[in-house]
Amino acid sequence: MGKERLEQAFEKCSQKGEKAFIPYIMAGDGGLDILKQQLLFLQEAGADAVELGIPFSDPVADGPVIQEAGKRALQQGVSLRGILETLTSIRTEIKIPIILMTYLNPVFTYGAGQFAADCAAAGVDGCIIPDMPLEEEGIISGELKQSGIALVRLVTLTSPAERIKKIADGAEGFLYAVTIKGTTGARDHFEEETGRFLQQVRSVSNVPVLAGFGISTPQHVREAGKYCDGTVVGSKIIQLLSAAAFNEITDLIQAAKGKVLS
Amino acid sequence: MSTYVQPDQNGHFGPYGGRFVPETLMTAVLELEKAYDEAIQDDNFQKEMEYYLTQYIGRENPLYYAENLTKYAGGAKIYLKREDLNHTGAHKINNTIGQALLTARMGKKKVVAETGAGQHGVATATVCALLNLECIIFMGKEDVARQKLNVFRMELLGAKVVSVDQGSGTLKDAVNEALRYWVANVDDTHYIMGSVLGPHPFPKIVRDFQSVIGNETKRQFSEITGGLPDAIVACIGGGSNAMGMFYPFIEDSGVSLVGVEAAGSGIDTEKHAATLTKGKKGILHGSLMYLLQDDDGQIQEAHSISAGLDYPGVGPEHSLLKDMGRVQYASVTDKEALDAFILLSRTEGIIPALESSHAVAYAVGHAKEMRPEQNLVICLSGRGDKDVETIQKLMGGHSIG
Ligand SMILES: Cc1ncc(COP(=O)(O)O)c(C=O)c1O
Repeated sequence: MGKERLEQAFEKCSQKGEKAFIPYIMAGDGGLDILKQQLLFLQEAGADAVELGIPFSDPVADGPVIQEAGKRALQQGVSLRGILETLTSIRTEIKIPIILMTYLNPVFTYGAGQFAADCAAAGVDGCIIPDMPLEEEGIISGELKQSGIALVRLVTLTSPAERIKKIADGAEGFLYAVTIKGTTGARDHFEEETGRFLQQVRSVSNVPVLAGFGISTPQHVREAGKYCDGTVVGSKIIQLLSAAAFNEITDLIQAAKGKVLS
Repeated sequence: MSTYVQPDQNGHFGPYGGRFVPETLMTAVLELEKAYDEAIQDDNFQKEMEYYLTQYIGRENPLYYAENLTKYAGGAKIYLKREDLNHTGAHKINNTIGQALLTARMGKKKVVAETGAGQHGVATATVCALLNLECIIFMGKEDVARQKLNVFRMELLGAKVVSVDQGSGTLKDAVNEALRYWVANVDDTHYIMGSVLGPHPFPKIVRDFQSVIGNETKRQFSEITGGLPDAIVACIGGGSNAMGMFYPFIEDSGVSLVGVEAAGSGIDTEKHAATLTKGKKGILHGSLMYLLQDDDGQIQEAHSISAGLDYPGVGPEHSLLKDMGRVQYASVTDKEALDAFILLSRTEGIIPALESSHAVAYAVGHAKEMRPEQNLVICLSGRGDKDVETIQKLMGGHSIG
């Protein structure tokens, strides 16, 4: 449970000589009724964990695709409370770790202590909070720690080497390496600078390093896998899910497992 | 009152403020803090500021005794701090000139900003033209429609204006897009925040640059009367004109300070922007502050006739000052602000910005309850030329009569 379940998932990948793949979906996009079905599909398709987005009215770190998905979820009346309740009721059927990606305000309003406790009860294993840098972690880190939930930190292309070290120090679960200067969404190609950045992060990290933001093709997934321990794919997964392009999702995931050639 | 030193080293105003931004922006925010700390120690920077404030913006502007308005109210003497007379017509340029000079010091060539009423956008586009900086302004679709003249002014000044149709198409959504743009272009771009909002050090920098309002007022008032005013009233959008006016008076406990928020259709309706009156603590756009939000922590849309007050948050320092009880926060409806807009135009021949009209509306009522030997200062944050079309439409093309 919690942090350990995440660690075990990565351990399993590295034993098999594979890269980890974590798809991102927006909780409640399409209604919370289908969440279980979505999670089961991703698990079947080979996802090592799932990153579950919590919809927020003002998602400043997200590009248009995730913004729209969040808006659809909010229009359905989806809330953090509802998501945690749903997870609690379906968690035993999902084996892979679940990581919440949430802006801070819904959590702050929920109450840090209550949030951490309810996350633990719902079988949440980690949290990513994109608008909470190292300096402000105190607002919730103690509560998460107490509940055994990993607080996954982000490092970015603009973080200087010294700062990357500071962030890597005491990182939990995995390090989320943001591979574009920009919001979530698509990019054309995988730059050389990005490879160097990933290697640099990996050289100072005691936990797996996963690349995310702007990763959208099997090619990107393979490319990133050369330099780090796996990838997170968000906007593209959301697009494919809403287009019911399930085979393409499987291809993306399997690219991390080295099984698809294209 | 004892000494007041805010924010702390990490940019917290008591429980408020902070730096709640994506990691991609942290380096820029830390760099800005360093650049600012160095700049204010640098005599050359101070001289440069002084030069532009006087020669370009036209400071100092008058502290005008509004005799007719005083007679109308029938109470305390009313003075107007004439920020409407600044170049570009509002207080916003006090801040943009400072931040543009900082941009140049940091070796950045591009500027991004949000705007609501368009006053901050115009003030930003203006200083960018002056200092040869590339300028991109994000503005909500709704605001683009109600402040057309200002959109054209920005374009005339060489800025690129991007209309934002996400969310309610107002200031909050413009800030979101401007922040996203900054995240993607942070290497060569500075974000000129338009109010005492955003991650540290913005609330402090904007307050400091705007403090020229309060400092001048203090000196001018003492020259006129030898003392301090009894009350000071300013409108609150994000809170920059109010913060700049109040800050130099915070330790003068005899001076009552009142911030006036927009009550829109009324604070008991769903259509208002009275953040401090009706909001709850929360985190948005880099800062912990009072926010209009629902029980799930989703941010609500603000509503005000005046685009510049149409924001669901309020500066972290105001949030603290409210909790401390040092500043009183009141609110004024659209209707009351409109009446004050016409009142000041008729009594003094000064057409105020709709934002500033909120301060005027409250102040007239407040002055009535004060004694004739007392004095009240209104921060007249801007002029109303930009609002004339809105007012005309609201009156259905009828003359005021
Ligand atoms: C004339 C004027 N006054 C006041 C405001 C509100 O901003 P603040 O509260 O930061 O002074 C604006 C904002 O656009 C404005 O244009």
